[in-house]
This record gives sequence, structure tokens and C-alpha cells, in this order.
Amino acid sequence: MTSSHLVYLIALPLFSSAFLILMGRKADKWGHIFATLISAAVFGVGVSEFMAMHSRAGDMRAVTQHLFSWISVGTFQVDASLLLDQLSICFVLLISGVGTLIHIYSIAYMSHDKDRRRFFAYLNFFIAAMLLLVLGDSYLNLYVGWEGVGLASYLLIGFWNQKPTYATAAKKAFVANRVGDVGLSLAIMIAFAQFGSVTFDGVKAGVHGASPAALTALGAMLLLAAAGKSAQFPLQSWLGDAMAGPTPVSALIHAATMVTAGVYLITRSNFIFDGSSTARLLVVIVGGITLLFGALIGTAKDDIKKALAASTMSQIGYMILASGLGPVGYAIAIMHLLTHGFFKAGMFLGAGSVMHGMDDEVNMRRYGAIGKVMPITFATFGLGYLAIIGVPPFAGFYSKDKIIEIAFNAGGTKGIILGGATLLGAAITAFYMTRLMVMTFAGSKRWDDKAHPHESPVLMWLPMVVLAIGSVATGFLFNSGNSLVNWLAPVLNPNNVESGSELMKPIVVSSLALLAVILGVALAVTKYRTVPVEAPEDVSIFTKVARRDLLQDAFNETVLMRPGQILTAGLVKTDYFAIDGLVRLIGAVVSGTSTFLRRIQNGYVRSYALIMVIGALALIATIWVVTL
Amino acid sequence: MLTAPVLNYSLLAPILVILGGALLGVLVEAFLSRAIRASVQLTISLGSLILAFAQLWRTHSQTSLTAAVNSVTIDGASVFFQGIILVLAFIAVLLIADQDNFAAQASAVPGSEEERAAIQSGKQQTEIFPLTLFAVAGMMLFPMANDLITLFVALEVLSLPLYLMAGLSRRRRLLSQEAALKYFLLGAFSSAFFLFGAAFLYGYSNSLTLSGISAAITGGSGNDIFLLIGISFLSVGLLFKVGAVPFHSWTPDVYQGAPTPITGFMAACTKVAAFGATLRIFYVGLAAAQWQWKPIITAIAILTMAVGAIAAIAQRDVKRALAFSSIAHAGFLLTGVLALNKAGLSASLFYLVAYGFTTLGAFGIVTLVRDSTGEVTDLNRWAGLGKKSPLISAMFVLFLLSFAGIPMTSGFIGKFSLFNAAYESGNINVVIVGVLSSAVAAFFYLRIVVLLYFTEPTSDTVTVVIPSILTRAAITVCAVVTIVLGIYPSLVLNMADTFASFLQ
Repeated sequence: MTSSHLVYLIALPLFSSAFLILMGRKADKWGHIFATLISAAVFGVGVSEFMAMHSRAGDMRAVTQHLFSWISVGTFQVDASLLLDQLSICFVLLISGVGTLIHIYSIAYMSHDKDRRRFFAYLNFFIAAMLLLVLGDSYLNLYVGWEGVGLASYLLIGFWNQKPTYATAAKKAFVANRVGDVGLSLAIMIAFAQFGSVTFDGVKAGVHGASPAALTALGAMLLLAAAGKSAQFPLQSWLGDAMAGPTPVSALIHAATMVTAGVYLITRSNFIFDGSSTARLLVVIVGGITLLFGALIGTAKDDIKKALAASTMSQIGYMILASGLGPVGYAIAIMHLLTHGFFKAGMFLGAGSVMHGMDDEVNMRRYGAIGKVMPITFATFGLGYLAIIGVPPFAGFYSKDKIIEIAFNAGGTKGIILGGATLLGAAITAFYMTRLMVMTFAGSKRWDDKAHPHESPVLMWLPMVVLAIGSVATGFLFNSGNSLVNWLAPVLNPNNVESGSELMKPIVVSSLALLAVILGVALAVTKYRTVPVEAPEDVSIFTKVARRDLLQDAFNETVLMRPGQILTAGLVKTDYFAIDGLVRLIGAVVSGTSTFLRRIQNGYVRSYALIMVIGALALIATIWVVTL
Repeated sequence: MLTAPVLNYSLLAPILVILGGALLGVLVEAFLSRAIRASVQLTISLGSLILAFAQLWRTHSQTSLTAAVNSVTIDGASVFFQGIILVLAFIAVLLIADQDNFAAQASAVPGSEEERAAIQSGKQQTEIFPLTLFAVAGMMLFPMANDLITLFVALEVLSLPLYLMAGLSRRRRLLSQEAALKYFLLGAFSSAFFLFGAAFLYGYSNSLTLSGISAAITGGSGNDIFLLIGISFLSVGLLFKVGAVPFHSWTPDVYQGAPTPITGFMAACTKVAAFGATLRIFYVGLAAAQWQWKPIITAIAILTMAVGAIAAIAQRDVKRALAFSSIAHAGFLLTGVLALNKAGLSASLFYLVAYGFTTLGAFGIVTLVRDSTGEVTDLNRWAGLGKKSPLISAMFVLFLLSFAGIPMTSGFIGKFSLFNAAYESGNINVVIVGVLSSAVAAFFYLRIVVLLYFTEPTSDTVTVVIPSILTRAAITVCAVVTIVLGIYPSLVLNMADTFASFLQ
């Protein structure tokens, strides 16, 4: 089926963004309202498309729209076309829905910023790019959106770029993402070389005849791309620093939507990963490492946003791990992605609300007892907290429990390792989230008398309330009657693959998970009954390492940066000696005297003319030789 | 008895309009008061370009071999080349209109009392406008010329005004005059080669027209030595104009010394005209002898791409760097000559459009970056410009990315279709070198991006002047075209495909 409305999803925010930039200061008074309305309109289009899709039969649900023929050179043909199917509609609703809430929140949050209009223009641009990413019908169209969200993220992290550390953070995100992008572009080239097509349909049609090696290479490159965008091991280091951006940005881009693009890429490419168990294994390993890595970092962070960022990294690790488990896992990964979108965005907005009341203080050691002065923030944050640690019946319980369950069911030793990792992750999650809750909202007040924490204005708490309702209800909604899994089945699991051998009954898994959560919570509550204002120095080596992000920067510096610098220095030397030398060599061959051609660009007309004569003679000589 | 030649004025109208405008400009210099000269000249120039374009549009679907007694060919390709030249010249004139770039009185000795007096009295050298129009007329004639004499005349008509214009810079006048003199001497030298080659080809084929030469080669009765020398020397003249290695040495010096709007004009329009003529000569006249010349042109294309890309890395001056970049692009365009098929021609047409707009835009931005003594072209002093002038820097980055052939810019589509055509015609080694030198060149372009955005500004960082409305329009059009051709190239690709034909 085709639809002519899909383009509005992208065109509306894109034009709005350009409009707000071009209008300049004239739009300062109403730019933020305009951008918010546009975002709401996009959500409206999304909802109406969803309604229409829902009313159609299962195999008729996907719609496409051909925009224009993009590149048409000889036999190479790429169309700019959009594809809205069961998978992309989930993202469309999440992006535009959460996006609109965050627009509303930002109206109040950014009200003191003189560049608020520019901020909203960037937000709109992000929405457009992110929707293009999930709506493109080919890897190339996806790539355009992929670069677009990268640009938006880069602009927004560095929004306050007058502070040098913030600009550095933007740079770091930029570099890490470029590494991932190389993976994506290589994947596109492999796909084109192998299948002669870069559309999802074209590649899907070709995978049956493809060699496993090609599929593994393709999968590995896609995984690299996903790791860059979704802050997965080994490209995870940028996410923590990206928290330098305004908090609504962290909520929208670095929690709910953009960082989950890697999960989208892997689930969208399910036909590739289905064909290569090696690639799936790589995905599982990356996801498993990251979920523990992020959780451990989360236990030692005193900066509330960085703790949440570590948590995001870890939760996306869960999603990546689930998507690496094959057909049974894709839909579960998406389910966790959606529930996570609600509760994590809600918590980030809550953190922003606390910071708003506390003069932008982010150190949790200077919080304490905020629950009493900011009751709405406390309540909404609390619901998100219950959701993320996986307390039934909150959203995270359903989605995370499923992941632990299918991890155990992966079979054999692998199943036990993966299941154990996810279970351990759940316990650590409960620990660091409880630590965050206790340090921020409970205990005794540790802030100066100068700070006057107060509840945030209605424009800020309203989105938080909506997201909190989502954190409570979505898990149940998605899980009742397996609704989400069935909805996504035509795209992600067309052959109805069932989960393998059942290692443990679901009820056992749930009990184990709950036990892990209780352990984590209890440990955190006892340990953080009192919180010193200054971070204690005499801590174990583990804490120290965790505080330094598990040495990820040190690792990057030693393994990537230093050799890179040496390589660059070497290249400069090569450039100097080898390439200059080469030029001289060529000169020597042509003229017979190296001294003459070293001064090849010496500014003297006579030597230029001589070069021309020599060139002309060489021309004749060559043609002569060829003719003989 | 002599009979007057029959001319088809209707089909020749575009070029006649330009020549008429140029002559009118000379009269304006003689009769109008200084106060209004500049604006009248600008109006005449822009008006003639628009009128010429309208005439071209009117006749764009007609073809003729006899519009001017066998000496010019009106066909799809010539119409397209003339169209690009007119549009690019229009934008170049918008840049030239900023008179701050040109000497107040070109005849005054640099640094003399006379010069100071001329600057103080607010004199302007408005001859630049008719000179531009004369050059444009030559450029339009060059790619449509069908015989060797007309080719030579067109070459001289386009070159002579450029020699003068290169020497008219307001600041660093000695450098500018040196550049003009060098350009003149070397240009005359290369013209001699060209003329010599034309003579040998005539000696070989007993014909001056390209189709006559082609027929003689196919017939194979002539003296092969004459053919070899003829092709070689004719190529020298052409390769000099397009700036191919080893006939490129003038390019960096002249690009650096000439007033920047003129550099942009030369880099964009001359390249189109010269490649138009080169393509016609090799496709129509010399295609039958391709086994003789293909190896050496392949070698030159490879050398040009490599030298342009590698040498650009070492440059510290933005104009010299762009000069080497234009040399590398000449190498890429030579792969279109080598392709010798319709795809190659159509890709070359598209590439010239993409390259022309990007180049004009880039040089347009160079005119804006100044300090108290005028333009600043030392790249080190551009450090940190991204923080001070984000919009201008972003546009410059856009142009650089297009030069580098990054997707979503016109440069990517251009390179892609050009290499595709060369690949399909079997010139695989050229394509490999092309891709490799693109990668090398990308390093250089990204280095400037890093310099603009990621380097702390030094204390004497320069400022960007507020552009005049004309300059602003010119740069904006170039930026928009660069993006649109990257995102939606089909329009121009299809147009290039429709027009890509030479009438034999």
C-alpha cells in the first residue's frame, strides 16, 4: 500500500526548523510555541497513521511513499522512499510523543536562555532527522537520517558551547559517532556489492543466497554502527560526557530516542542477523559487556545525570543483548526500548526539575531530602525508579523480565552465562538506582541555605506526570495478550520461531529477578543511610575505578589516541620524506636532475615554461611509443 | 568572386548579445561620468547575461552545423556549455561587483603617489565589466567551435581579457601584476603550442574542421608523424587551460595573485569552456585515433589527480590550496574525456555544473575574510573562524565537503557519475587513482574543517566583513545549488543526459 501523508512526518519539523533559523530574532517571542505545535502535529499524523494501520489486516499494514528518484546513474538507482510498517510506527509514536512532551517541558526549562528559539529549531530538526532514520526504506536513506541525528545531537550537546568542557564533550561524541558511521557506510557498500541493492526489501530478498561470511561481515559492520550510536562497548565513552547538553536534550536524545537507534538498526536488519549466528554472538557479547559495564559505572557516579547516563548505557545493553538472541528477542528488545523510553525520559526530566530547583547543581552529595520540597518530582521520579528496577507491575518488570527469561533460555552454557549476567545487571541496577533515589530525595538535607529548592512550574511537571503514567502502564499494555510481540511479528519474526528449550519456568525467573532487586535495594539502603558531602577518598580500588568510568578514557587514550598520535606523526614524516621524496623522484626521472625539480614551483616563468616543454616532449614521445 | 558568408543570426544570438554588451560597456567607459559608471556597467553586464540566456533558451532545442559556415556547431552539448557559462558568469559578476577587490587605477605604479591619489579620489577601474563580457564571449565560442581556426580565435578572445583581469588586484598589487605577467607569458607560450598543433593537424588531414580531421584519421592516408605532433601540441594548449599536470605550474601563482572574484571566475568559467572544447575535440575530432592518445591522457589524468591532491595538503594559503584542488578536479574531469561515451559526456556536464557553483561559492567566501589590510588568505589565521562567523564557516565547510565528494553534496553525485562512466568504459586504473586521490584530498579538506571549528583562534584572528547584498546572493545561490544537487540531482542529471550529444 502507499500513503501520501508520510512525508509530512518529516517535512513539517524540517521546515519548521529551517523557518525558525531563518526568521532569526524576530521569532524569539513565539518560536518555542510554534516548534511545540509542529511537534504535536507530527504526533497527530503519527496517531492517525497508527489508527489507519491498526484497522488493516496483518499483512496489509506496511505503507510506503515514493518521494523522488534520488540517484540515478546508469544501472545504479536509489529512490528516496519512506516505509511505515509495524516496527517504524512504534518509533514514530515514541519519537513524536515523547518529543512533544519534551518540547513542552523545554518551554519552561529554557525560558531564561536567550537562544531558546535556536534550541527549539534544533529540537525540531532532530525530530525530522530521527523520523527519517526510522522511516527510510533503504540503508542509504537511513544513513541520511543517521547523520542528521548525529548532527542534531552534536549541535545540542554543544548548545552551551561557550563553556570549553561542553564543546569538548560535543567533539568526543562527534568522533565516537564517526567511528560508528564508518561501520554503517562499509555495511552499505558490502550490501550493494553483494546484493546490488541497498533497500531493506532488496537486501532481504538477497540474503538467502548469500554466503555466511558476507552476512557475518555485514552484521559486524552494522553492529559497529549500532555501538557508535547507542554508546555500546567499545564506543561507549561519549555518552557520559554528552550530559553536558541541556537536560531535555539528554532526556530526548540520550535516553529515549537517538541512542536507541542502534537497536532499531539491528532489529530492522533482522534478516541479516538471522543468517549469521556469528554476528548474533557478537551482538550478544557487546550487549552483555555493556549492560554490566554501564551498571558498574552507575554505582559510583555522584553526578545525577552521569549516573542516569550510565544507566541508559546499561539498559541499551539489555536491548542489544535481547536483539542478539534472534527472532525471539527482537520484539522483546523493542518492548524494553519503548518502556525504557518512557521511564528514562521521565527520570531525566525529573533530574532536570531537581537541577532547576537547585541552581543547576548536579552533585547528589549536595542534595538530600528533596522529596519533601518537590513532591511531584519525587512521585514521578519514584514511579520511573520502580519501573527501571523491575518491580511488578511497573513497565520495566515486564520488559526486563522477558529479557532475563530469553537469556536463560538461549541454551547451554551460553544461556547460563547470559542469564547470569542479566540477573546480576538487574541487581546492580536496583543498587545504583536506589542509591540515586536515597541520595537525592531521602536522608537529611545537605544543600546550602542559599539554595531554595522548589517545585517546578506546571509546564515542567505535566510532561513528567504523563511519562510517569507511561512508566506504570506501558509494560502491562504491551504484555497483555503478547500484544506488542504479535504486532511486530510480521516484520521481526515472520516464521513464528518459538523460544528454545525452557531452562526455567517464567515464574522462577521472575522470582530470581525479584530477589536480585531486593538484594540490590537492601544493600543500597543500608550503605547510603548517611551520605558525606565530600566523596570519601579512602574507598576500595573498585570504587575508584568505577568513578573513573572503569578507565574507559584511560583505555581510549592508551589504545586509540596514543597510537593514533604516533601514527599521525609517522604519517606526517612519511608525507615529508616519502611523498616529497616521490615528487623528487618523479622529477629526477623526467628531467634527469633532481635539484632542478625540487624547485618545481619556484615562481620563475622560465622554469614553468621549461616544464611545459618537457611535458610536451614527453607527450609526443609517449604517443610515438604507443603508435610504434 | 567573393560571396558574403551566410550567418544564422538567430542561432548565434546568445554570443552576439554578449559581444554587444561588451562593446556597449566600452562606450560607457568613454562617455559616462565616473559617478554612475559602476552601476551602469553592472546593469549592462547582468542584463546582457540574462538576455543571452533568454536567447539561448529560445533556441535550445535547435541544432545546426552551418550556423556560421561550418565554423561553429550548435548542438545539445554546446547549448549546455553556453548555458553553464552564462549562469556561472552571472554569479561571478555579482562577486566582481564588490569593487573593493580591484585596483583604483591599474596604470598607477604600486605604492606611488599617483596610486594614493587615485584611491583617495575614489576612482574605480570599471573596465573590469566589459573585460568580463569579452572573456565570456570567448568562453561561449570555445566549446562550440568546429574548426581549428575558430578554436584558436576563441581561445585568444577568452584569454586576453583574463590576463588583464588577473593584474587588477587592489592589494598586494605586485603579486597580482606578477601573476598577470606570468599568466600572459605562459598562456602565449601554450597558445603557440596550440597553433603549432593545429598547423600539423591541417598538414595531416588537409582539413580544418573536426569532422574533416576525423575522416582523415579513419581514412588513414596522411602522414602519421604529423598526426602525432598535431595531437600532442593541440593537447598541450588545451591541458594548459584546464590546468593539468605538467602544464599546471601557472595555476597556484595566478590563482593566488589575481583578485579573488576573478580567480573564482577563472576557476569556474574557464574550466567549463576549456573542458567543453577539450571534450568536443577528443570526442568528435580525435576519437578515431584514441589508441594513440588514450595512454598519455590516462597518465596525465592520473598525474593530475595525484599531484593536485597531494600538493594541496602542504599549502598554507587558502587560494593556493583551492588552486591545487582545482587541479585535482581537472584530473577527475579528464576521466570523463577518457570515457569517450555518452555517459562520460553527460557525467562531465553534471560535474562541471556542480564544480562551477561550488568553486564560485568558495572563492566568494574567501573575499569576505579580511583584516584591516584586506583579504587574509593565510590558512593559519582562519583558525577558530567557526566560532566567530558560524554561518560563513558552515557554508565554506559545505563547499569543501562538496569538493571532497562527501554524500549529500553535489560533488559526491558528480564524482560518482563520472567514475561510473569511466569504469563502464573500461578505464579502471583511472578510477582507482581517482578514488584514492579523493581520499587524500578529503584529508586536506577536513584539515580546514578542523582548523575552522576545532582550533582555538589566535589573537590576530581575522574578521568576516558583512557581505554586500550581491555577494550574499551569489554565495547563497552557490550553497543552495550545492545542496540541492546533492539531494535531488535527478533534475540536472536528466538535463545533462538530454543535452549530452555532439553533432558530428
